[in-house]
Amino acid sequence: MSSNDPVKPSRLDPEPLPRRDFLGKASLWAAAATGVFATLGIARLPKAAVLSSPSRKFKVTLPENLPEGQAFVPPGRSVALFRDKEGVHAVSIVCTHLGCIVKPNATGFECPCHGSRFAADGAVTKGPAPAPLPWRKVTVDGSDCMVDEDASVPPGTKA
Amino acid sequence: MVVFAPPPEKQGALRRFFANLRATPARVKDSAFRGGKPNTDRTRSTFVFGNVFLHLHPVRTHRWSLRWTATMGLGIASLAAFLITLITGVLLMFYYKPHPAIAYDSMKDIAFVVPTGNLIRNIHRWAANVMVLTVILHMARAFYTAAYRAPREFNWLIGMGLLVLTLGLSFTGYLLPWDQLAYWAITIGANIAQSPREVTDALGMTETFDVGGLQKLLLLGSDTVGEEALIRFYLLHVMILPLGLVALLSVHFWRIRKDGGLVRPVDAERRLGPVHAADYPVFTEEPRKTYQLAAVVRGKSGAVARGPENTVPSMPHLFYAELAVTMLTIAICVALALVSDAPLKELANPQVPENPAKAPWYFLGLQELVAYSAFMGGVGIPGIVLLGLGLIPYLDREKDGTGEWFGGPGGKALVLQALFVGFGAALAVEAFAIRYGWLREWIPDIAQLWITVFNPGTVLTAIYAAYSIWLVKRHQSTRAGALGLFTCFLCGFVLLTVVGTWFRGPNWDFYWSPSDWPGH
Ligand code: HEM
Ligand code: FES
Repeated sequence: MSSNDPVKPSRLDPEPLPRRDFLGKASLWAAAATGVFATLGIARLPKAAVLSSPSRKFKVTLPENLPEGQAFVPPGRSVALFRDKEGVHAVSIVCTHLGCIVKPNATGFECPCHGSRFAADGAVTKGPAPAPLPWRKVTVDGSDCMVDEDASVPPGTKA
Repeated sequence: MVVFAPPPEKQGALRRFFANLRATPARVKDSAFRGGKPNTDRTRSTFVFGNVFLHLHPVRTHRWSLRWTATMGLGIASLAAFLITLITGVLLMFYYKPHPAIAYDSMKDIAFVVPTGNLIRNIHRWAANVMVLTVILHMARAFYTAAYRAPREFNWLIGMGLLVLTLGLSFTGYLLPWDQLAYWAITIGANIAQSPREVTDALGMTETFDVGGLQKLLLLGSDTVGEEALIRFYLLHVMILPLGLVALLSVHFWRIRKDGGLVRPVDAERRLGPVHAADYPVFTEEPRKTYQLAAVVRGKSGAVARGPENTVPSMPHLFYAELAVTMLTIAICVALALVSDAPLKELANPQVPENPAKAPWYFLGLQELVAYSAFMGGVGIPGIVLLGLGLIPYLDREKDGTGEWFGGPGGKALVLQALFVGFGAALAVEAFAIRYGWLREWIPDIAQLWITVFNPGTVLTAIYAAYSIWLVKRHQSTRAGALGLFTCFLCGFVLLTVVGTWFRGPNWDFYWSPSDWPGH
């Protein structure tokens, strides 16, 4: 066999793209692509599309003799309801710092977790809370109130 | 008449069958331990090599590494604590049920009904605490002996991964009892994950780019801590994080071998003096396999180009040391478990926060910072610390003091000074903030971004950074700066943890002692 004859390759010469090479490259690419898609799938699954949280819209009747400036927290809800001459309003009692439940006090609200204090209108007066307590949407229907904890309204809005 | 008879060599099959049966126990043993009884140095080496668990060790160990001041056994103690949590954790899984409706009841069952349940739970809890402590101390040991330097940089990074996983395991375990402590600590933790919103809100970009919200959603699987969160934390706690830890641990141990054993000073041989044959009988027989393999190892590994004079067989010398540390760790965990019960408060109540709501002790330093700014305390400063730790081995390329306690320019005196600066600065900043309050109290409607950028936590970090830059200049050495910075952060961590643990009461107000807390 003459090795310096370029025109007549021998049957024993390696093929231009040896099969083994091709198989190796193909499986590498297949593995890479599979890796990418698997990662995407794995990352997609844990991000829930539908949250299991129940609706946070509810109907409540305020106590007949609720004094002005006194908070009423419906059991199991995270808003405080107030009634005065101008109407009813609802202030969220979830601390804007790290989510503890704030307690209404004489001047507004206080948070037990890291000591944030809020004025009666929800403004931060002390502590690490980065934002005021939001007001929630209230609609009054006779003696009942509809409160929607998922809808915020500008502070000062009363119904 | 032809009688069928097998050829003579095929006769007596039954006899051979019984002979084989009798020999089976011995043969099982032989086939499992192929090198023969490990009773000479040579057969011991073969034994160490041939065993998948033992071969993570080198066959021979340098005498320097066996001095207890070299490591103080902290790495092995961490491993021992991890193994204890692994075993006790699997036991707890027999009874624990990860659903909000029954999780708390199953904890009560474990504490009051299951035989030895309370003890196992206590050991699990204590071993987890011991592990966090020993991992932190082990990291400090690796830092102060400059063990992170080349060729061990990457193992330091693996170690950081282990630190994060260890803390993650503790954090996820904290939710499982579903009591008040658990519920509120995790609510706070999840909102810390969400706290990048503090910045995106201030910049008005939360609508388009809400990393904080995404992190919380992924962690809780919902917007509040509920059944989705519990099953996620359970999965992380019993499956994902332990598997990750085991994987990283294998790399960690393997790298120690490949990096040439544990760090030691260049002149370790001289400092140790001659080997006393009586202390370490060397070579009862010439080892062959050991050195054939060791010769293949690339680079300056312990066994290459260095005589074996100052190494001793790992079996039994290293193994005895490891066993002693393991036994001590077990003793400590069991003793603590016998004298102190793991806490179990009332059933979780999403309407009434625990007051004060405290995280596990090793997060109380962070909680102290979080009480100034959620983002900086929970994400910003920890991120800076992790980044700094990760960069150390790549910035400090010096040689001075490798393998020595507090080695490097400045040495012990510098660390002592840094101790004063670190504690002093932390104490001053804390005392000031407790006494006089902070920006929000002085200027009620100040923009949040100011507080995020400028709060006691960031001020303290800045002081530490400035001090360490000064040290780099003064000693003309990165190592000096690193020594100062690491010591300062350690001091800050300790001081903030102490304040968070003992001096914070209801409403996170400052109290000199828990006996001053108002009754509630
Ligand atoms: C689950 C946690 C960990 C375990 C079980 C563990 C275990 C070990 C063990 C058994 C050793 C042998 C020497 C000794 O006992 O000290 C070691 C060495 C080492 N570890 Fe870890 N480790 C952990 C976490 C860490 C962390 C958090 C770091 C630092 C960020 C770290 C960095 C190192 C380094 C650099 C070495 C080599 C030390 C030397 O050459 O002297 N490890 N580790
Ligand atoms: S959660 Fe209210 S102050 Fe931290």
